[in-house]
Order: sequence, then C-alpha cells, then structure tokens
Amino acid sequence: MNIYVLMKRTFDTEEKITLSACCINEDGAEFIINPYDEYAVEEAIQVREAQGGEVTVISIGSQEAVTQLRTALAMGADKAVLINIEDAIENGDQYTTAKIIAEYLKDKSPDLILGGNVAIDGGSGQVGPRVAELLGMNYVTTITKLDIDGTRATVVRDVEGDSEVIETNLPLLVTAQQGLNEPRYPSLPGIMKAKKKPLAELELDDLNLEEDDVEAKTKTIEIFLPPKKEAGRILEGELEQQAKELVQLLHNEAKVI
Amino acid sequence: MSKKVLVLGEIREGSLRNVSFEALAAAKRVAQGGEVVGALVGQSVHALGNELIHCGADRAVIVEHTNLAQYTSDGYAQALLAVIQAVNPDGIIFGHTALGKDLAPKLAARLDSGLISDVTAIEEAGGNIIFTRPIYSGKAFERKLITEGLTFATIRPNNIAPLEKDESKSGNISSLQVDIKDLRSIIKEVVKKASTGVDLSEAKVIVAGGRGVKSKEGFEPLQELAAVLGGAVGASRGACDANYCDYSLQIGQTGKVVTPDLYIACGISGAIQHLAGMSNSKVIVAINKDPDANIFNVADYGIVGDLFEVVPLLTEEFRKLQINA
Repeated sequence: MNIYVLMKRTFDTEEKITLSACCINEDGAEFIINPYDEYAVEEAIQVREAQGGEVTVISIGSQEAVTQLRTALAMGADKAVLINIEDAIENGDQYTTAKIIAEYLKDKSPDLILGGNVAIDGGSGQVGPRVAELLGMNYVTTITKLDIDGTRATVVRDVEGDSEVIETNLPLLVTAQQGLNEPRYPSLPGIMKAKKKPLAELELDDLNLEEDDVEAKTKTIEIFLPPKKEAGRILEGELEQQAKELVQLLHNEAKVI
Repeated sequence: MSKKVLVLGEIREGSLRNVSFEALAAAKRVAQGGEVVGALVGQSVHALGNELIHCGADRAVIVEHTNLAQYTSDGYAQALLAVIQAVNPDGIIFGHTALGKDLAPKLAARLDSGLISDVTAIEEAGGNIIFTRPIYSGKAFERKLITEGLTFATIRPNNIAPLEKDESKSGNISSLQVDIKDLRSIIKEVVKKASTGVDLSEAKVIVAGGRGVKSKEGFEPLQELAAVLGGAVGASRGACDANYCDYSLQIGQTGKVVTPDLYIACGISGAIQHLAGMSNSKVIVAINKDPDANIFNVADYGIVGDLFEVVPLLTEEFRKLQINA
C-alpha cells in the first residue's frame, strides 16, 4: 500500500504567545509535529504494519521542518519529503499549500493519504479536503477509527460528538481526530535508523510550479492578542450564600442568565 | 460595492441550526446592500425556506433529492455547485460546523477560490470586508481579507449575532432539479453520543468537569445543572483521560473550542491545554477546592469550594430564579 502523510511543523501553542512588531514571536519557542498530524503518522504506520507497503511523510515549509520529519521517520515512517518554499513564497495560504501538495502527489498513485483534521496554529482545517478534491479523491474528515480490508475502508467519523460509520473505498484521504490512536514515542533504535532513511528536499521548480501558480487568495493584514482579562471576583462567605450571590451576579451583572 | 452572497441553511433533526441564522447576518454584512440568497439541501426541506427569508435571506433556492437525506461531501457538493452555478454569487457563507468544515474546503478547491475559516467577526473598512479569526488556539487573532475571487468564509457558532426575525418578510423560493449520484461514501450508521442534545459548539451555557469530578457518576450533578440551564456538559482532557467521560466532550487545544455565553468550570485546574478551548467564553465561572488553581486567573467569578457541595446549591438557586421569573 502506497501511504502518504501530510505533516505540519507547528508552534507549540502551549507556549506563551507574544507579538514582536507585526508577528507572533517565535524566538525560543518550542516547535512540534502538529498533534493531529501525529495521529496521522501513527495511523499510517499501523496501516503499513497490517497491510504492508510504504509510508512517506510530506511537509511544506522551511528547512527547519527537517527536525519534525526526522521525528516521523523515527516513529517508523519510511521516507520523508520536504517541499521547501521558504525562498519562493512569502505569503502562502491554504490554497497555496494544497495546490503544491496536490501537484507533488498527482503522479504518485497514493492508496491512502492521512493528515490531521486541523493544525493548532493556523486552525483552518482546509488543506486535507482541498488536496483530496484537487486529486479527484474521496475523503473523510475527523476520523476516530479506520479499518481497511482490501480496497474497502470502514471509517468512523466524529461529527460534533456523534459518530458516523462510513463505508467507502480506496484511494482515500482521511484527516485524524483525537481518539484515533495513541501516537508512539520514537525508540532509540528508531531514532538511529531515522538518520539513514531517505529525506528528499524539493523546491517549487522541481514541481514545475511558478510562484504565480500558487499565489494566495487571502491575505493577513494584522495579528493581535486578545485584550487582557481583568482579574475576576472570588466570592466569600458561606457556600449557600456564595451560590445565591453568584446566581444573582450572573443574572443582574453579567446578564447571561 | 454590493455583492450577492449565498448562505447554506444547515439542518439538524428537521430544524435550521442557529449558526445558519448567524450566517445570514454575516452574509448581510458581506453583501453591503446586495442580495442574500439562502440555499437548502436535503431530502425534504422545502418547509424551511420561509424561515431563511424571515431571518435575513432575500430569496431561497432548494435542492431536494433522496440521496441528500444524509450529509455526504459528494452529494452536498453536487447540490451546491448547481446552486452556485444558478445563483452566481460573489460570496458564500457557511457555519464552521462539522458540515461546514468538511464541505467548504472541497468547494473552495473546486471553485479555485480562497476560504477564510472559523471567522468570529466581520467588518467593513475602506471598501474591504475584513474577517477576524482566532489563531494559535485562540491565544491570538488575525484579520484577513480575500484578495481575489469569491469571498468565501465559514463562521464560528455563537459569535455573530443573528438578525431580528421578521415573519412578515417574503421572498421567492425556487427549486433546482439536480441529479445527485455516484456518492463515494455511504453512511451505514450514526451513533448518537451527545447526551443532552445540546451541541457543545453551539451551546449558550456549558458546565464542564475536570479531574475533580473524580468518576463517571461525578458528572451527574453537572448534568443536572446543565439541564436546568438548557446547556451542555463538557470536560477537560484530564477527565477524558481518566475515563470519566467520552472524548467527544473534551474542550481544549485538542478537542473542541467553545465560546458560550456562560462557562462553568467545575474541578478544572485550568491547564493551558484546556484554556485554549474555552478562554474566549463571554463569562467564566470557576469552582475549585484549590484557591491557587490556574482557572481562577481566567474566571470572572470564582467560588473556592467542593464542587459536589457547590454545584447542587447552584442548581437549586437557578431553579428558584426560573420559578420567580
């Protein structure tokens, strides 16, 4: 089985967020594999372990994503591809990313593509379904279970808390929701092996794409932090009194009840 | 410059979802005096057309087909592409719901268009429509605009106020015949897990439990409080990891991001992971035994105490308030 994983290097949003001039300050911040993409990497490895085949992890971005690609290789992926757009594209959006990935994948005959359902930094959740559509492939988003039998796939999809059991066929693109699996930690032998696994680096030229072909359709004009919240009010006295007071405050002061 | 804007009216269990009324209000803003067209897609949805018009649409276009009884991306895309071809809109607004998140990127790719997801505010500035949306799990926001082509956006539930309903308003409701075929996914079964019937992402009130809830049974007082307030029950990752509740209830960086009017955090310490999912709620109440718990730093009101004592007292007080009102 020919399996691809779409992976994004993200800022760990458990970090404190500060702005410098216009942008999110990245100095000293921790970067990780987008947690939802980590489920996708794990699932891809499990599918390969059951069905055979090869797992290739793709990332779009800068040279720095090599660290996260090596981590995916250490988890057990077979190959990695970095499409380095750092020099070519200043302001891409989801249209840009999806178009580049689809261009790369169009002659690779993937049986299964996996990605996270959303990245915790940008949070748009667009790239997976966009890539599937550009490849003419069926997709299922926010999955919590994947069973493959030959070319048939049974998928459980999380729909705002309810679960849909969906039957479909390969080739298929799926995006991972929490609960799909428990991603493994890279083992020491895994980390050693990962250093020798193939990691290809491509640029837009290698895909016969020009910057204009993938020019963003949207533009960010400002990034700002939410206003600081004023300190809240801790109630005092007997619990019965506090409960009465709170209900009155919510009713009369906050007016939410 | 006035625009023609299409809104998908999303239907759940026979009724239009609130987020669709919010989407109509959003579309009105994007249209800048232009036309707002409501689209309804399903097996038998005609009866809801007037409601779309009462809530802001100038007219409605309906696609009905047996293959649209359940949502599939293929079926809905075929229906909406036909509507888009017939209406030829300048803009499209969906709710940022499970359906909107699944369908909008597919349509955007097909239409070679940009898409701004998860929008929480829309304004006009210098002739441009500017969309505000959270990034980094709500720890920052960005303001964005479409530079080329369709103005396509999905809006987060509970953030853009719907328009006043006007039942005297009328408008044209037309049907479009579309052959919906070749669906590649078949939905075999839907397992309902959402307990109260109020969806977390749209709930006006959320009562959430953390590790302090201590067990599955420990959620019962929270469910009672949520029921009195017509709200939904949520949970922190800690409570889900400890198996006190289903992961579908999880609020946080992984899990759901919610912005209710009132968020009552019970026995939740307030890990950054959790705050990422709820800190933009309008009013936050924290109930925790530990006066130093981080959750008090984001709370508007706090009660230091045992949730098993405090929550039933609150339920009682809210009941009294309702009886008196």
